[in-house]
Amino acid sequence: MSTVVLLVITGLGLGALYFLVASGLSLIYGLMGVLNFAHGSFLTISAFIGWEVGRRVSDGTWWGLAVSALVGIAVGAIVAALTEYLLIRRLYERHIEQALVTVGLSLATIALFEGIWGTDPIYTEKPDWLGQTTMILGAKIPNDRFLLIACALLVLGGIVLFLRRTRYGLIIRAGVENRSMVTALGIDVRRSFTLVFAIGGAAAGLGGVLASVYYGYVSAHLGSTLLIFAFIVTVIGGLGSLTGAAIASVLVAVLQQFANFYLGGTGDLVVVIALAAVLLVRPRGLMGKVA
Amino acid sequence: MNAAPAPPVLAVRGLSGRIAGQQVVEDVSFEVPATGVTALLGRNGVGKTSTIRSILGLIDRSGEVLLEGERIDRLPTHRIVQRGVGYVPEDREVFGSLTVAENLRLAERDDRPRREFIAELFPDIHDRRAQRAGTLSGGQQQMVSLARALVNENRLLLVDEPTKGLAPKIVDEVAAALGEAARTVPMLLVEQNLHVIRALADRVVVLSGGRVVFTGEAAELLGDEDRIKRYLGVHDADHDADHDADHHAGTTEGSTR
Repeated sequence: MSTVVLLVITGLGLGALYFLVASGLSLIYGLMGVLNFAHGSFLTISAFIGWEVGRRVSDGTWWGLAVSALVGIAVGAIVAALTEYLLIRRLYERHIEQALVTVGLSLATIALFEGIWGTDPIYTEKPDWLGQTTMILGAKIPNDRFLLIACALLVLGGIVLFLRRTRYGLIIRAGVENRSMVTALGIDVRRSFTLVFAIGGAAAGLGGVLASVYYGYVSAHLGSTLLIFAFIVTVIGGLGSLTGAAIASVLVAVLQQFANFYLGGTGDLVVVIALAAVLLVRPRGLMGKVA
Repeated sequence: MNAAPAPPVLAVRGLSGRIAGQQVVEDVSFEVPATGVTALLGRNGVGKTSTIRSILGLIDRSGEVLLEGERIDRLPTHRIVQRGVGYVPEDREVFGSLTVAENLRLAERDDRPRREFIAELFPDIHDRRAQRAGTLSGGQQQMVSLARALVNENRLLLVDEPTKGLAPKIVDEVAAALGEAARTVPMLLVEQNLHVIRALADRVVVLSGGRVVFTGEAAELLGDEDRIKRYLGVHDADHDADHDADHHAGTTEGSTR
């Protein structure tokens, strides 16, 4: 029983991390049809700069972590908005060029990060409590999982509130459904594109800082590693569906944890098989719109 | 001395449109007067919808489009609409995941939306404001689509096949709403239903093969059975019905399909 509880809660923690990356990917694809392969770079640069600022302010404390998170969110939002404004905006409806540019940006930034921070992981400090465990139903749960879950829930709630309560949210929801009709109502939908990139970048930025807490290090490949699973989550959840991304994040991460434990470390393989199964049985994903 | 005629609200000159590199509208020129309903007619596939979409910049186009004398053909779609062009697309295109109220709120272009007017014109959808538009019937969705255009003050309405696929009773309701709207704003109407055209149109522009082949008063075309057959490829049941003592409600759908 305690093993199951441990696997479920640690799975939820990992799922929270996947969601922070996948939420932006899903919104960006849903509104703009852009598969953003550079999304992992937003996460990585946020993690590095968040860590750099946080450790200078107060290394290994809650205050330092809070500063890291705020800096990570801001860096993620700014870098993502600049990427949309300077690179992606000229390439809407040109999917191959978009893919080439975002893949290129991803590879170039990894090389850049390695040039600045080196190729080896840099181990990070975190508040003592996050390194401890809490006993739940006989299972010792690492405390950092609770932080990840709480942050992901806050982000999910914040994005849902934004989408439901604001005019920009209304435009984004309508744009995900039928972008050209939004334009035909007299709305400059491109303004929303930058905003959605910034929101996605902010979530990825927070994810970057939290990933450094989860893994205990920052590295140039932090984002690219998580991006693979975030894409899987986005496809399984249904491209463009925030709710689908949330559900799929949990399903994929929990499945991964169970497979790693019970099937000899085959979590990654099982997740890929799950992706294939979903694509075969339900190509639009769990909650994606019909093409 | 006669007063000078009012300038047209819309002038289209040498308009061509392309979809995926294929020419779908070819050198089309016509004008829409500042009052009344101008019907854009033609057989299926001649480019009526593409002409409307070209005017709005929703597809690649070349040529001149003037709104009250001002060039709008180089503007992006949202700027054209912001200048006071209301658009009711073919197939409704309501946002199915949004509620009726959200569909209307999204369409409001300024802080003076005509909500009372919409509530009076479409009481049924006003009562369904909290319902998701995707769960409405086709007729109700058409009302939402019309309401989205009419919630703003417009200089011109572009209405594309508003009665397509609707039951005869709903066709009459849509036609009545369009008639009400046309009292205050000029309209370019793409329509297949001759009964509706006869009820609403003052002038007609007929397209064939992507080009304009007839422009004139609606009565001139609709009174000529041979022209109707030649240009539109249909038999005008209403025309017959006017001369038929047995005329009954079953002909209201027209015979354009």
